[in-house]
Amino acid sequence: MPEPFEPRTDPDVDLRVPADRRELTARPATILAAIAAGGVLGALARAGLQHAVPHPPTGFPWATFTINTSGCLLIGVLMAVLGHLDGGPPLARPFLGVGVLGGFTTFSTYAVDVQQAIVVGAPGTALAYLAATVLGALVAVGVGDAATTGLLRQATR
Amino acid sequence: MTVLLIALGAAVGAPLRYLTDRAVQSRHGSAFPWGTLLVNVAGSLLLGIVVGWPAGPAVSALLGTGFCGALTTYSTFSYETLRLTTGGHRLLALTNVLGSVTAGLAAATAGYALARALTG
Repeated sequence: MPEPFEPRTDPDVDLRVPADRRELTARPATILAAIAAGGVLGALARAGLQHAVPHPPTGFPWATFTINTSGCLLIGVLMAVLGHLDGGPPLARPFLGVGVLGGFTTFSTYAVDVQQAIVVGAPGTALAYLAATVLGALVAVGVGDAATTGLLRQATR
Repeated sequence: MTVLLIALGAAVGAPLRYLTDRAVQSRHGSAFPWGTLLVNVAGSLLLGIVVGWPAGPAVSALLGTGFCGALTTYSTFSYETLRLTTGGHRLLALTNVLGSVTAGLAAATAGYALARALTG
């Protein structure tokens, strides 16, 4: 009998969720391999987009901005779908959430791009990028979660 | 070659985020996402060092794009902030946003300055 899916704060691993506590001890190699495989796919997609849309040191990092906001939209959608499915297939969250979306989105590039814009003397770009990414990401994750939850409720009514 | 190095870095970085998050959570009971904050700040510090160092394209691909990119996450950070907000922990959510951005930027700056100081 499956346990009820509890509301979680952390999409990577939330030790207050019973299934997450057992996840790694039950089959560590499978879980870590799924996360690694997803991480590789996400990181390569990110690298491809950053390569396709490069930005000058003083310019707005559009590729990374788009990657981070779209990744946040998608994690909202994914977690709402998985919540609707009582957690979904066991490897879905580790592979898609922790791996693909975790590997796709990046906080380090965001922080360093802000810092580099300051270093090259473009504080306006740095501030705009800093604020736009935070606000865009939070709006995106909220919209992804709310819209998906609403649609799933309508569909099952 | 670059693609392989990015893949290798990400294959290590993504599971390391999961394991770090798990280890940090097992040591405290609060709702605040300390694990995500830790990986994001550590990754920003390391990427600052990589960018400040005269690192070649191979090192940048392996450590920067692959490892740091997969170790750090914006999706988990934003989802946790959303959950803190909807769960009634608005102050924690605000602290998470301001704290992550400030600490991440400070770490990136420190890493970059350190690498520049060491390499002249």
